[in-house]
Amino acid sequence: MLRIGERGYTAMVAHALDGLPNEACGLLAGAPGHGKAHVVYRCRNEADSAKLYTVDSRDYLAADRDAEANGMEIIGVYHSHTHTEAYPSPTDVKQAPDPGWHYVIVSLKDPEPVVRSYRIVDGKITEEPVVLERT
Amino acid sequence: MAVEIRLPTVLRPHAGGQATVKANGATLGAALEDLVLQFPQLKDQVITSDGTLHKFVNIYKNDEDVRYLDKLDTTVSDGDVISILPAVAGG
Repeated sequence: MLRIGERGYTAMVAHALDGLPNEACGLLAGAPGHGKAHVVYRCRNEADSAKLYTVDSRDYLAADRDAEANGMEIIGVYHSHTHTEAYPSPTDVKQAPDPGWHYVIVSLKDPEPVVRSYRIVDGKITEEPVVLERT
Repeated sequence: MAVEIRLPTVLRPHAGGQATVKANGATLGAALEDLVLQFPQLKDQVITSDGTLHKFVNIYKNDEDVRYLDKLDTTVSDGDVISILPAVAGG
């Protein structure tokens, strides 16, 4: 499961909306093995596209350093799908960099954003619950 | 030149679980070769079989992306921090 505070959850959705018409992307950080995203880092989408995203490597570096300075590590990535379901696309699966990560997708297909999280291991997609916490 | 190489989480199991390792070399390419000598399981994970950087990693020498320096020919000095970061992308 992925646990996340209300602020973090809302931050991902807000970023997805702010990113329109393009996909938005960002990183999640937490203590290793805890399954909780304590920090959400907005990143720039270097692909600048409504169909693809690439986390700007400078933003990755900054997030990675900040997480490490706070005793955390990058535990996942979120990105938005502007017109499709909150489900990993073939590109998402093919390019998933780390089998230990949580992969969150925010879908803006309908007026109410939908947020889902997945594990992607060896090409296999497994949905996991997103558990909202107060902080 | 003795540099510090920071590994992304996904490659740490290949380096005995370490997040940071030391390597020697006058260039980035040489330092990465030394890294692979120390940890053979990292072979082909950072540099492809034709000697170029894998497209699913980004490498920084301190605060600069080596793509905009000299890539594997980038010179390195004592104390430089080489960060190997996953290239995170999708659609």
